[in-house]
Amino acid sequence: MSVLDKAQLPAGAAVLGGAWVRERRKAPRRRRAWVAGILGAAVAGLFFANVLLGSYTVTVPDFLRLLGGAEIPGASFIVMENKLPQALLGLLAGASFGVAGAIFQAMLRNPLASPDIIGISYGASAAAVAAIVVFGARGAGVSLAAMGGALVVAVLITWLARGRGGTGLILVGIGAAAFLQAAVTFLLSRADTGNARDVMVWLSGSLAPANWQRVAFLAAALLVLLPLAGPGARQLRGLALGADTAAGLGFNVPRARLLLTLLGVLLAALPTAAAGPIAFVAFLSGPIARRLNNGAPSLAVAALVGAGIVLAGNLAAVNAIPRVSLPVGVVTGALGAPFLLWLLISSNRSNQGG
Amino acid sequence: MALNSHPTRLSARNITLGYAGAPIVQGLSLELPAGKVSYIVGANACGKSTLLRGLARLLSARSGAVLLNGADIHRMPTRALARELGILPQAPTAPEGITVSELVGRGRSPHQGWFRQWTGADDDAVAAALSVTGTLGLAGRTVDELSGGQRQRVWIAMALAQETEVLLLDEPTTYLDLAHQVEVLDVVSELNARRGTTVAIVLHDLNLAARYADHLVAMKAGRVVAEGKPEAVLTAALVREVFGLESVVVPDPVTGTPLVVPLGRRAALLGAGASLAGAPA
Repeated sequence: MSVLDKAQLPAGAAVLGGAWVRERRKAPRRRRAWVAGILGAAVAGLFFANVLLGSYTVTVPDFLRLLGGAEIPGASFIVMENKLPQALLGLLAGASFGVAGAIFQAMLRNPLASPDIIGISYGASAAAVAAIVVFGARGAGVSLAAMGGALVVAVLITWLARGRGGTGLILVGIGAAAFLQAAVTFLLSRADTGNARDVMVWLSGSLAPANWQRVAFLAAALLVLLPLAGPGARQLRGLALGADTAAGLGFNVPRARLLLTLLGVLLAALPTAAAGPIAFVAFLSGPIARRLNNGAPSLAVAALVGAGIVLAGNLAAVNAIPRVSLPVGVVTGALGAPFLLWLLISSNRSNQGG
Repeated sequence: MALNSHPTRLSARNITLGYAGAPIVQGLSLELPAGKVSYIVGANACGKSTLLRGLARLLSARSGAVLLNGADIHRMPTRALARELGILPQAPTAPEGITVSELVGRGRSPHQGWFRQWTGADDDAVAAALSVTGTLGLAGRTVDELSGGQRQRVWIAMALAQETEVLLLDEPTTYLDLAHQVEVLDVVSELNARRGTTVAIVLHDLNLAARYADHLVAMKAGRVVAEGKPEAVLTAALVREVFGLESVVVPDPVTGTPLVVPLGRRAALLGAGASLAGAPA
């Protein structure tokens, strides 16, 4: 008797063949669509809560009139120049950090390998602060400096950790993050701003500096970069199988790694230039997205989770303590730290290393 | 799946392979018999896995060339090569949370591109690969929850879904018990019989290799020391040369292929003891 014939088939499978497999493969897609739909609705809800609620509550009809260009004394300035740009910046920055984190985590096959943990976001932050404090840069110049700083850190930690594997890269990156955080503090202390708000922006991230120019610049950049996440996700699905298997399946592994690193670095650097390195958003989004998506990674779900974390964090940061508006990074940092500890403990216990 | 009338030839011409440092495989030439199953055996660190990686272009040759139907594989586009030649590396690891049908579906990657998305033909190939390896019933499960034997069959299903004319397997029976080892090698033999796929397998178990091989390749220190039909090649002298092991080679009672029975020191000790005990006082 042939082994091929004794294969145990579920009832009907042999008859249906490809159609049966198609059904199996569709199930996770359907689930992902549901998850994305529900998350999308939640993000939209959080977005409007950020704009309409808080110390100054705006009604929906008033908000629509404001969007239509009407002038309402008091509300016009607070909504159009303050709350709306902040919410939009939070939405865009969160989505961008979420995708950046999920790319690095999937590519290096380790949840600790997100750009905020391995120093790439702090590289962007340090370069942005240096550009402002030392060279007096503004606007696009700050974004360019942030991208340059993030790329330099990415190249540097890859070079320092060469031949030491993924764990080595993460350890080198954690060292780089601590060093760069010190560099940001040093640069800010040298500047005569002495402004606590500025310090918070570049150390843990805040939506307070939002304005229409920053929102427009980030939106334009993401309009170019986020569509690349589609083909990027295809390459990630290959790389997730390991270098040899991926190469055997026809993936150009070195090229895919280079392009994905570049995409991830830019997606971490651009929102950092606009809102600072909002703590742990990149780190948290990927694992939460996987958990929601039944264990399967998805960049789209990670983007929605990232946006949701920033918007929910901002809502809490602005409203938690009456008359005190905290930077969003304080809240996301407080959420992320216990998760980081839990991850370190559980990964050491299963002996997979940091 | 009809038998291929023009099986694919894969050959290495005078290749030197290695990582940093001294080469592991030096000036090796080998022609895999087209449409046949070749088994590559040898002691640990003799370069057999390195050779397989070189044949699959996972490692580029420092000198020499690997030819697929006469064409240098290093000049072929990555995805075009992956449509012709599949490799299952040693002990691959599945991403966390991936389902069996999803993993096997990734075997279809080289058949997809910017403009060619997933089609019904891909579904059919995945269904065929799952049923050939007896894993259809696992299609909706996640790979994490499978046993070692099931997992290995799923990986082989992934390699089969790639539908290549050449298939290279590195230690496909690692971590499997004897029953599952036999099952996996049976699946590969049947695939070869049905499709005429050219197969090369690196295997530790000499006796299973001798039983399943059309062509046996024995390696030592990065060189091929003998190749041919197992009956012609596998002798006590070869086992001594390649493994440094004294043995008796007898016909396998089931198939008549060579069966290597190692002598070992314990048998010698027991033999000596028995003869002493039996000796007259």
